[in-house]
Amino acid sequence: MNKRKERIDRGIKVRSEDIFALSSWREMLYLAAPRLIPVAAFIVLPLLLGPYWQRVLLSVAVFALLAISWDILAQTGMVSLGQALFFGMGAYCSAILNHYFGLSPFLTIPVAAVLGGVICTLLLMPVLRLRGVYFTMVTLIIPLMLERVIEATKIFGGTEGISGLAVLPSKWLELYILMAALTAALFGFRRMMTSDYGLVLTGIKDNDRSVMNAGINIYWFKIQALFIAGSVGAFAGAMMTHVYRFVGMPVFALDYSILPIAAVMVGGPGSFAGAVLGAFILVPLSEALRALGGLRIVFYGVFLVIFVVGLPEGIFHFISRKYSQFERWAEVDK
Amino acid sequence: MLLGTIIYAVINSVILILMSIGFNLTFGISGISNFAYGALYILAAFVTWMLIQLVGLPYLASALISILFTAFIGALMYRFILMRVRGQVLSEVIATFGIGLAILEFFRYLGFVGVEYALPVFIDESFMIGDVYVDAQRILIVAAGIVLVILLWLFVHYTSTGLAFRGIAQDERTALTFGMDSDRIATLSVSLGAGLAAIAATVIIPLGTISVSQGYDVLINALAVSIIGGLGSTGGVIVASLVVGFAQRFTDTYIGSHWTMIVSLVAILLVLVIKPSGLYGKQKELEERI
Repeated sequence: MNKRKERIDRGIKVRSEDIFALSSWREMLYLAAPRLIPVAAFIVLPLLLGPYWQRVLLSVAVFALLAISWDILAQTGMVSLGQALFFGMGAYCSAILNHYFGLSPFLTIPVAAVLGGVICTLLLMPVLRLRGVYFTMVTLIIPLMLERVIEATKIFGGTEGISGLAVLPSKWLELYILMAALTAALFGFRRMMTSDYGLVLTGIKDNDRSVMNAGINIYWFKIQALFIAGSVGAFAGAMMTHVYRFVGMPVFALDYSILPIAAVMVGGPGSFAGAVLGAFILVPLSEALRALGGLRIVFYGVFLVIFVVGLPEGIFHFISRKYSQFERWAEVDK
Repeated sequence: MLLGTIIYAVINSVILILMSIGFNLTFGISGISNFAYGALYILAAFVTWMLIQLVGLPYLASALISILFTAFIGALMYRFILMRVRGQVLSEVIATFGIGLAILEFFRYLGFVGVEYALPVFIDESFMIGDVYVDAQRILIVAAGIVLVILLWLFVHYTSTGLAFRGIAQDERTALTFGMDSDRIATLSVSLGAGLAAIAATVIIPLGTISVSQGYDVLINALAVSIIGGLGSTGGVIVASLVVGFAQRFTDTYIGSHWTMIVSLVAILLVLVIKPSGLYGKQKELEERI
């Protein structure tokens, strides 16, 4: 009478878990396909798309990087509502280096990634002792206030911003640098989070006091995580600056904070693949909905609520569960 | 000059108290950080405006209806969305922020931007205090702030619902064993917070116009004041509002109006470095911070 849903690993998953996976092409493909498909997509997509959708792909990659940077922080137990801080810092750093010091983009982008990461870390360091929602509140405030500061003090071009920045030599270079960075971030950070180092980071999220008990200085690890996430965000900002040849107050706008979070929530938090998947769904969608104007942001808000309440695991975890397990109804034993 | 600055600093502080007390109260009672707070503030203002301009009700009646309406929206928000993610701080924050974003940007989409979206003042007069002109609306704000704080204090100390609020805030499990319904209290707390945002909107907004971006400003101010004062502490909110209010007004007069936002930012960072739990945030120190 009473039935419950039972989830069982697929045979192919069990068979391909150890060295015997090498015995059949089918099982090797089962293992390799989820990894190869995104890499192949990153290589082929720029070639297939037209000029307009290539631009969209650029912003997909930028938002995917921001979403990955958000997810690194979230997996360390720091929920940020201010990815725009990282993005804006990177954008302004590279713009200043290029405009005032005349450095070439090949130099400004890596320098801005590191410098932006350092500045963001220093700005947020006083807040690191706070946990949970306190940290979140401060991260929401800082970029919005920096926007006012720039508007008020008129530094770095004030409300006008800085325009006429140098561009990278070709659009193919822009696209493939971003695609390479995205691939490296996706697989590199995934590997990092499963190493011992990543274990400490996730430990800080799950139970910081027991990590402290193990004699580990959690603040030092939080600073490192902040720097890593900050650098990724700053890199995205620096790239975007040199693509649009402009930097101004909009880089601190709420869009750059909200869209990455929405992407992670839709894709699935806790796995960087989810963050990238979310960006690949949301950014083209928002491009397609461009006709709706301001209503797009309303949709993001509604999306956030629906996914947080209705499907908290996100699309990626849903798909990966279907990929490795099947479900059936089973009798409940009395 | 000095007297004028002090008077306007007091008014500014009371505005900050009004803006942040609802947010802080909700957090103090049920631990929900309502990031839709700024949006509810703007929602109340627009509902009042629509009732006056489109339906033609008198000002006082429409203000009252809009306060009740906003409180009702707050309750709905808790019942249908927040209750499902209760206790998961991250989800609560993202859900409320999503709701706030949707409300604010929807008003922006509808084209509610411009100087005609303003609420009338209650009394259109001005007084002289010493040699400083102060208009009646600003005095009304100060009075409303003081009355509201006193009423809230009486409410949480002398009514059974208020005592239940404090019980839940102090120890939710013990309160449950005494038969207090935690979900009912949380609904009421979110609803009360929303109502307070609406009251703040009806008295503060006649000073200027209703604009969507103000919603974000209100949220930032509420967060700043609550963090400095210590989240969940009403005394902390009052002290922090006075500190920030005076600091803002004095920098405005003596250094330049550009620097007011920087003052709040520096104040937040300084307080967090010196005393991470805020000025008066003792109660939950062990639980929430390390």
